[in-house]
Amino acid sequence: MTQQAKIVIRKLNFYYQKRLVIREFNLEIPANEILAVFGPANSGTTTLLRTLNRLCDLIPGAHLEGEILLDGENIYAPDVSVTELRRRVGMVFDVPTPLPMSIFDNIAYGPRLGSMKTKASVAEVVERALRMAVLWDEVKDRLHTPATRLSGGQQQRLCIARVLALEPEVILLDRPCSGLDPVSTAKIEESLRQLKEHFTIIIAPHNVQQAGRVADRVAFMLMGSMVEHGLTAEVFANPKDKRTSDYITGRFG
Amino acid sequence: MKSLKEKISESVFLLIALSALSALALITVFIFIEGVPIIAKVGVVNFVFGMKWAPSQGAFGIFPMIIGSVSVTLGAAVLGVPVALCCSIFLAEFAPATLSNLVRPAIQLLAGIPSVVYGFWGLVFIVPAIRNYLGGPGLSILAGSVILAIMILPTVISISEVSLLALPRLYKEGAFALGATHWQTIRSVLMPAAKSGIVAAIILGIGRAIGETMAVIMVLGNAVALPQSILDPARTLTTNIGIEMGYASGEHQEALFATGIVLLIIIMILNAIAQYAARRR
Amino acid sequence: MRVSARSTQMIAKIVIWSAALLVIVLLLAIMIYILLKGVPTLNWQFLSEIPRDMGRSGGILSTVVGTLLVTAVAIVVATPLGVGTAFYLTEYTREGRVTRIIRFSAESLAGIPSIVYGLFGFIFFVIYLKLGWSILSGGLTLAVMILPTIIRTSEEAIRTVPSLYREVSFSLGGTKWQTITRAVIPSALPGIAIGIILGIGRCVAETAAVILTAGSALRMPISLFSPARTMAVHFYILAREGISMERAYGTAAILIILILLVNVVANMLVNRFVARGR
Repeated sequence: MTQQAKIVIRKLNFYYQKRLVIREFNLEIPANEILAVFGPANSGTTTLLRTLNRLCDLIPGAHLEGEILLDGENIYAPDVSVTELRRRVGMVFDVPTPLPMSIFDNIAYGPRLGSMKTKASVAEVVERALRMAVLWDEVKDRLHTPATRLSGGQQQRLCIARVLALEPEVILLDRPCSGLDPVSTAKIEESLRQLKEHFTIIIAPHNVQQAGRVADRVAFMLMGSMVEHGLTAEVFANPKDKRTSDYITGRFG
Repeated sequence: MKSLKEKISESVFLLIALSALSALALITVFIFIEGVPIIAKVGVVNFVFGMKWAPSQGAFGIFPMIIGSVSVTLGAAVLGVPVALCCSIFLAEFAPATLSNLVRPAIQLLAGIPSVVYGFWGLVFIVPAIRNYLGGPGLSILAGSVILAIMILPTVISISEVSLLALPRLYKEGAFALGATHWQTIRSVLMPAAKSGIVAAIILGIGRAIGETMAVIMVLGNAVALPQSILDPARTLTTNIGIEMGYASGEHQEALFATGIVLLIIIMILNAIAQYAARRR
Repeated sequence: MRVSARSTQMIAKIVIWSAALLVIVLLLAIMIYILLKGVPTLNWQFLSEIPRDMGRSGGILSTVVGTLLVTAVAIVVATPLGVGTAFYLTEYTREGRVTRIIRFSAESLAGIPSIVYGLFGFIFFVIYLKLGWSILSGGLTLAVMILPTIIRTSEEAIRTVPSLYREVSFSLGGTKWQTITRAVIPSALPGIAIGIILGIGRCVAETAAVILTAGSALRMPISLFSPARTMAVHFYILAREGISMERAYGTAAILIILILLVNVVANMLVNRFVARGR
């Protein structure tokens, strides 16, 4: 890497109680790119994502060894503010989870947690986030209706907008399109391509094809370990590891 | 890692959460402090098994009241539990949704009626009926049992129903697949499976019956002598306190608190049994 | 002679349906009787006048006020304690010794007879804390009485809030306190409200504990330290002493109507809660 990578994962070992879930993981993630971390079920992709915004802290008995550097600083250092971190590294979950409030209040939730109080600035932030998530035109006339009335695809874009409202630096997406129809999926994938200009995006796709469509780089995980990683085109065309090619071609899943 | 504000709010919540424990402790401590001296003075055996309750003469035997409480409660259980169980089976197994949506709120309503209203209604209807058809003054253990049976219905019904509904569908389907009728399934498979919950429900109902005061005061007749039959008037541990607390003082008052101690102990034992039964799923 | 399974089933069905019918009939018998006899007495005068001549004439205003104030004190005290306990049990701890002790305390409190609460309230609030027979003594005693109900319903309400809501709030940088107040409480509110409404119902209906702590003075209470008579106590005294059957029925009718209201509101909330929880 000629420039400093956005995120550096160094010798990461992650445990749930005594069970080792991620082994000796090393990866450098450049800024303003889309990285897809994929693998069969229970490979640890979700866990890996959650180590990046320390959401794994919520699980009792979870602990890790190694370092994860964001802009060169270890996010697991003892004096790190976790709430600050989570505003810099946002997450979209696999199930669209609108909070039981209006569309506007959903997007405004994050900014309001901080000290953003003035109505004008909040409204501005909400509009900007919705535009970036390509949802503004569809909802601008009903911002104060319950978010639960949106379709699945719209709800997921709402979740993306909710994260964008915090102006993060990194966006984590854990199987964001699972359960969505192809049209919604395409819309979301398109918005990701536009978003990478301003953000670093790490996605755990729900199938390999999505990784191929959307990602600049990929990393293949198997049972908690990194198998191989690199530019998407290279890994898919010339996988260095037999397991990678087997998985990509569908010999196992 | 946790900010100071977080730590403070967590400690505040912990203090609040201990309020239930503190209340329980306070209640136990204060009741015991007031009541233990007189028990010590009179002697536990004399207090609990003494036949004579005449505070003005210094006689503090609560056995007639214990008999009163036990018989009234037993009667309530005998009358009320079968009806309650049938009703819970009705709600869990037989009632169509529209009907159960009517019956369930009705039962909740039954639970909310003030006990004084129950007592009064019993005074107006049940007591004369007993007096006219069965003899005696009407104000009797039987009257108390009838009223208490009605009052414990909601408790027993709701908990039993929950236990029945919580059973896995497979139990019922398995029995049907073997050719059992609906009733056979209920009797031989579902009820035994829900036994622990049903037992807990019954015990809680009994606990409620033992603890009831106002309704019982109005229909029991409140004679201090040992009752000889269910048509006799009687006093229970609770009505004894309820009637005399208004004018008791000194040792008399302490003796009422001592009665409260006995009640507390009975309830604690019942609760423990109920929780044990419920946990044995 | 063996009875066939078919006929046993038929008999069982008849018995069971009859039991359900019996329960309904009993409920209607009690309610209709009281309402029939009591509603004719109800008019604005009855509610707005204070009792005169030990309750033989006049209205029941002071008892209405007494009931309202005692209930208000109980709710104001029990709600934060109960909801706070529920939050502690669900959000701050895992199942363990501490939670088991707290739950055991709450369940034990629930089983204590109301007359024993009366004894406790008398010796602790009236005598020991020197509050005397007062609305405060009565309200605080009732607060302890309804605490278990509020804890139980609040805990259930909080548990049904999807854990994803909490995860989302945390992932957006929320602290635990913010997550509880902004993501969990709004969702759990209807369920918590149910507990409060049921608590109100219990306070209104309670007699034994109140008579020993708030007293039975008929004068209009002027402060929280004044003694007061609630409607339930008033009904008891009127009926037992035979002072005025007419007014007794009227008071009972109001009590029944209040209980009806409480139940209706609680049921509405339950339906809304279930519908939203989806």
